[in-house]
Amino acid sequence: MLWYAGKRFLQMIPVFFGATFLIYFMVFAVPGDPIAALYGDRPPAPGVIELLRAEYNLDKPFIVQYLLYIGGLFQGDFGTTFSGRPVADVMAQAFPITARLAMLALAIEAFFGIIVGLIAGLRKGKLFDASALVISLLLISVPTFVVGFVLQLVFGIQLGWARTTVSGDAPWNELIMPAIVLASVSFAYIVRLTRASVADNLGADFVRTATAKGLSRRRVVTVHVLRNSLVPVVTYLGVDIGSLMVGAIVTEGIFNINGVGGTVYRAITLGEGPTVVSFVAVMVIIFVLANLLVDLLYAALDPRIRYAK
Amino acid sequence: MKRSRIGVSAVALLSASALVLAGCAAGEEPATGDSAAIITTNGSEPQQLLIPTNTTETGGGKVVTSIFAGLVSYTSDGDVENEVAKSIESEDGQKWTVTLNDGWTFTNDEPVTSDSFVKAWQYGALLSNAQSSSYFFDNIEGFSYDEDSELTGLEVVSDTEFTVNLINPEADFPLRLGYSAFMPLPESAWDDLDAYGENPVGNGPYMLDGDSAWQHDVKIDLVTNPDYDGVRKAVNGGVSIIFYTSQDAAYADALGGNLDILDAVPDSAFETYESDFPGRSVNQPAAIFQAFNMPYYLEHWSGDEGKLRRAAISMSIDRKEITDVIFQGTRTPATDFTSPVIAGHSDNLAGAEVLDFNPDEAKKLWAEADAIAPYGDTVFDLAYNADGGHQAWVDAVANSISNTLGIEAVGKAYPTFKDALNDRDANKLTGATRAGWQADYPSLYNFLGPLYVDGAGSNKEGYSSPEFEKILAEGASASSVEEATAKYQEAQEILLVDLPSVPLWYSNVTGVYSDSVDNVVFGWDSVPLYNEVTKG
Repeated sequence: MLWYAGKRFLQMIPVFFGATFLIYFMVFAVPGDPIAALYGDRPPAPGVIELLRAEYNLDKPFIVQYLLYIGGLFQGDFGTTFSGRPVADVMAQAFPITARLAMLALAIEAFFGIIVGLIAGLRKGKLFDASALVISLLLISVPTFVVGFVLQLVFGIQLGWARTTVSGDAPWNELIMPAIVLASVSFAYIVRLTRASVADNLGADFVRTATAKGLSRRRVVTVHVLRNSLVPVVTYLGVDIGSLMVGAIVTEGIFNINGVGGTVYRAITLGEGPTVVSFVAVMVIIFVLANLLVDLLYAALDPRIRYAK
Repeated sequence: MKRSRIGVSAVALLSASALVLAGCAAGEEPATGDSAAIITTNGSEPQQLLIPTNTTETGGGKVVTSIFAGLVSYTSDGDVENEVAKSIESEDGQKWTVTLNDGWTFTNDEPVTSDSFVKAWQYGALLSNAQSSSYFFDNIEGFSYDEDSELTGLEVVSDTEFTVNLINPEADFPLRLGYSAFMPLPESAWDDLDAYGENPVGNGPYMLDGDSAWQHDVKIDLVTNPDYDGVRKAVNGGVSIIFYTSQDAAYADALGGNLDILDAVPDSAFETYESDFPGRSVNQPAAIFQAFNMPYYLEHWSGDEGKLRRAAISMSIDRKEITDVIFQGTRTPATDFTSPVIAGHSDNLAGAEVLDFNPDEAKKLWAEADAIAPYGDTVFDLAYNADGGHQAWVDAVANSISNTLGIEAVGKAYPTFKDALNDRDANKLTGATRAGWQADYPSLYNFLGPLYVDGAGSNKEGYSSPEFEKILAEGASASSVEEATAKYQEAQEILLVDLPSVPLWYSNVTGVYSDSVDNVVFGWDSVPLYNEVTKG
């Protein structure tokens, strides 16, 4: 088990370098001069643009730019944004907010998704099951921004129950509505995954055996059916941590949350290499760690899975 | 300047009475409001540290104009009023003498002296400091675009007087002095400019609310500067500028009551903002001029034939209908080459009828041009950048031209602003091109010189008229602003005949404000005059 985890950690090194190299190259390959684009209709004097290009190493060949960035990284320097702020500061501000939002969304979708999915699976074909299917289909087909704007309009503006946008410090209570929006689609998938899995397992041999042994219905459902049904759901949640962290651009935009998605989007449009790569590198690590965690959880959930040498 | 003196005392009286009222009646008087109330408004994270000479975008500009007072400031209709300056005088428009008022201080109690201005301008102009506003100093003697060079035209006479020698005469030179590039900096700024830019100390109506007033990407908190005694004295307690990444989110906050003033209504709300905020919305022209140009290097568009065709094209466009239908009235049809918020703007220049929709006359002129050289079935295309939301009006203009003149007119989309600019710079256009201009300071010259003088940086389509340049130069060296304005209007009358650029409309600023604030007036630069807003 430990050996397995160690091997997976070592795999992160090539993944990290490969990802940063590719991303840096992609930012570099975006056409247009980032400095000229920064000022748009009001370009500064040509000499000033040249000086700024030199300051951000934009006048150097790609490989030199990349090596300078990596060199700085090993000294703990993530580079600076075009506004002169250290990227490390920007990350320290954005990641906690997005992490809170993502965790809240994950908790909401996991908790409600598994409960609804379990009940629907146990009562397959009944009214509850049918309505769960319809609602989840609806949530999957309606784009996130529609859900976002509708909730903002109804609960934020008309009823006034929640703040229309999230204030600067992004306190937990203000993040509930955005987290619901963010969780909506994944919630629908989890309901469907859990439902299918539970319905499958109900007819499995080990469940019949457990029932035949005389275990209570409650114990059969929670220990035998649910635990085994969670394997695909956990896989999905693991992958979803990554997409919740990265994919919150739309939700963050609607609720004016100053998180990772919006920052990366802005940095990409500005062509701000160090910001994009630093953020993406951290996200790659989060992704890899989340996947590792999922793989380890398998063993805990399913006794048939063992990580041998 | 007698006028500004009167202004000072009137405002001072007003705010004094506001203080008294707030003291005894706790803001029951709606006209004056609560002098401690903080106004919330929208903004965006400043792109750079808050160094005035490096602030050219609106996010930082809003803050800089609030926390600094320059030699002059602008009224809502684009006039200048003296602030730190007691007088700015010149005999010939070339050698200027600036005298400062006594008693001005920065919020760290340093006095504002001639050095505060001269050192800041020297810093801003020096090439190696790479300040984005450096080109604003290019008419001051000693300026160089190519190497580090001191502005020898700036000379300190005493603590309250300095002189400015210009390379070319500029009658309305004082008009540019309210722009952020010309603000003074305290001596303490030079110790560590980066630290200063994080937490700038100014001399304006507002100041930063402590060390952590600027929360990056979140907001910036300004409070009233109690020592400020200029013409923009604040009647509220401060302004909190909240940064939004999308205007839709800001609009939702205004609707939800979390934002007092929004100065940019999103496109998506153009149809509803007036009913969402009845009587509390603003829709007025901004200092933005929109037009399209036909290059002089193309066949059919130069000489007498070109003049006739330009006029015909101009008269075949129904500006009123397009601004109403496509823009829901958030554009104002053009009547000159400047903007209505600029002092000296005119809607009755001789020859301005060429901007009216007149299909019969258009057809007649087009036929006269065809008699010189037939246009045949050449396609008239109008280039625009597809990333700027221009397609709707370009198609409407093309249709309007097609329907009137019976020629094939189409829009030609470039993917980005930069692509379109490349072809313009390389003289590779195949037809007309979208053109727009936003003024940095409220001056007629700023709309004319850079765009239509032969060889000027933004005269990309090759217009050249010695007569126009002669009158423009006369305006620049005129002895008074009134005389200069008359010359600039005369120069525009030549442009109306030649039409190097076909004026379309002025962009409007559209804003809304909640019922908790009153007296919301938008400045010439489309930013609300925060100091006049009352709340509570």
